[in-house]
Amino acid sequence: MRKLTTLAGLIILFAACRNSEQATLPIYGNRDTKTVTKDGKEVVDTIYQTIPDFKFVNQYGDSITQKSLNGDIYVADFFFTTCPSICPIMHRNMLKVYNEYKNVPNFKIISHSIDPKHDSVAVLKKYADGLGISGNSWWLLQGKKDDIYNLSASYLVRRPEESAKELFIHDGLFILIDKQKRIRGSYDGTDEKEVARLIADIKTLRAETNTEIAQ
Amino acid sequence: MKLSAALTLLVLICCGIIASCTSDAELEFKRYYLAGERLYKSHCQNCHGAKGEGLGTLVPPLTDAAFLQKNKHRLACIVNLGLTDELLRVSGKTYVSKMPANNLPPVDIAGILTYVNNSFGNKTGVVTSDDVAKDLEDCK
Repeated sequence: MRKLTTLAGLIILFAACRNSEQATLPIYGNRDTKTVTKDGKEVVDTIYQTIPDFKFVNQYGDSITQKSLNGDIYVADFFFTTCPSICPIMHRNMLKVYNEYKNVPNFKIISHSIDPKHDSVAVLKKYADGLGISGNSWWLLQGKKDDIYNLSASYLVRRPEESAKELFIHDGLFILIDKQKRIRGSYDGTDEKEVARLIADIKTLRAETNTEIAQ
Repeated sequence: MKLSAALTLLVLICCGIIASCTSDAELEFKRYYLAGERLYKSHCQNCHGAKGEGLGTLVPPLTDAAFLQKNKHRLACIVNLGLTDELLRVSGKTYVSKMPANNLPPVDIAGILTYVNNSFGNKTGVVTSDDVAKDLEDCK
């Protein structure tokens, strides 16, 4: 009996260790330091890479800026509606994320079109209807091409390129952003296992209460 | 004892003959099906999905047996030439299809059609290279 209790204790301890290990997601991107004065003392603060402000339009024609996402955890990706290659796989997988979290508050998905010339608000709305998404938990964004392409660097994804066949080359990453606009995860949107990991990580991130994580 | 051994041998020989008789058709089916599986992955799966499930009302599923049967002789043309803005009624939903052309040889189209027609709950047997070549002559 004593042996059994010890064993149970060890298992609980082990489980606890694993839990605390998984409780926080890493923070990606460049970081800088800043010296600030706190309570009369000089301390060094870490400045993390964050997503800069932007101004786009969603599938309803509403203007969307960084402020529209204040207080939200969100997942971002880059796509175009006529993409014949990886986009259907990405959005088949993104639908899983959408269906899991569409009804929770403070969660959003934003998909940036990298073909704003073709993907007008009307085209994006039609695409959204085709995917079967509604409401405001998944926005499809259109903006100035340069703005979108420049912003992709902030998400640490490959800058989209136009190829000879008038298609666009881009990677299929899903990027997880926290409430402080920091990058907390990067997932291959064409891989079901990676998307399952994203769904789990969103749960972890939503449970995160400590806004200042020492790393 | 000798008799039963002889009987067993006879049964075995008969089985062998029957197996070799069916194996020609079976082999042909397998050849098309396996090639088709590989081609489906590289040409069709991105949009139509690993289970032929489609995507919302953007991409129709390949699980509508009635649609496949009705358009049996048109399928080769659809795979070859794609579709532009045609209204399709599949599994009770309307799709405005924009499907890219594939420009494949008849033997590859036959493989894809054999795979699709015998996967995702469909089971209508082999589509041969000759069937495809004949259907392609009537493409609109």
